[in-house]
Amino acid sequence: MKFLKFLLVGFIFGIVLTKSEAVSWYRIYEMFQFDSFHMYGIIMTAILTGLVGIQYIKKNKVKDFHGNEIRIPDKEKGTFRYWIGGLIFGLGWALVGSCPGPIFILIGAGYVSILLVFLGALLGTFLYGLLEKKLPH
Amino acid sequence: MEYLMNTWHWSISGFLIGSIMLCLIYFGKTFGMSSNLRSLCSITGLGKKISFFDWDWKAQTWNLVVVCGAILGGFFTTNFLMNTNNVAINPITIEKLKKLNIDAPNGNLLPTNLFGIESLQTSSGIAFLLIGGILIGFGSRYAGGCTSGHAITGLSNLQIPSLKAVIGFFIGGLIMVHFVFPLIF
Repeated sequence: MKFLKFLLVGFIFGIVLTKSEAVSWYRIYEMFQFDSFHMYGIIMTAILTGLVGIQYIKKNKVKDFHGNEIRIPDKEKGTFRYWIGGLIFGLGWALVGSCPGPIFILIGAGYVSILLVFLGALLGTFLYGLLEKKLPH
Repeated sequence: MEYLMNTWHWSISGFLIGSIMLCLIYFGKTFGMSSNLRSLCSITGLGKKISFFDWDWKAQTWNLVVVCGAILGGFFTTNFLMNTNNVAINPITIEKLKKLNIDAPNGNLLPTNLFGIESLQTSSGIAFLLIGGILIGFGSRYAGGCTSGHAITGLSNLQIPSLKAVIGFFIGGLIMVHFVFPLIF
């Protein structure tokens, strides 16, 4: 039962990302060509909604579902990992037009070829784990 | 109903994605899809050999449930909520794609000549899909998050590291589309 709400959140996430076409390779290509405002609009509205919500939560010390104080962890400090890791991620995002969320959604949508992207993403995660200590962060 | 079948407006979509993130915060969790890849690696027992995978992934089970929901959402939408007028990208973009020999959408989410079942029968098709995946998996873990964790959660929480990562995402994407695509397609 306690997982049902997460299943529902994921279900809605899958619908929204598919209907907004953020899972579409074409939309990502169009975005990087600066040919449409669509993807920028989605990302900016999502950030704006989140920004207002988080400010409200912080200001009013809103408690979470379990009655605990809401704490949103800060991201670790660093520079190199964000620039270089981000750049590598961006190359993959534009190449196959999907980020980790859409990979799962597109598998559900029935695109068999995305299973290979998924396999690659697991492999990439494994490689990072293997090299973590040797990489500059 | 027609309204649901058409492409959803960016403002509605963006608002809903932001709300999903806030919803997870209200449930005491943080929105981030790529950490599921780390969990899936850890489930196989890799933690015994590689310390990076030796973490409390069981506490992340909720996130794997979100993934299951997302898979169902993708299935439901493509089967019951799609319309042939979907993916109406800019005609200028279609012209650019034509020069790269990539099919126009015609209502499909992905180009058939890159993601169709035939792509699994050529070594270049397999390499394209695998390399894309490896870059996504490696890059998101190195950067500590992907679009959901950095662009949406991080930026709405005014995190400077996330801003660096997101600028990195865009630089990488622009390099790929403007410099690498003309070489490989």
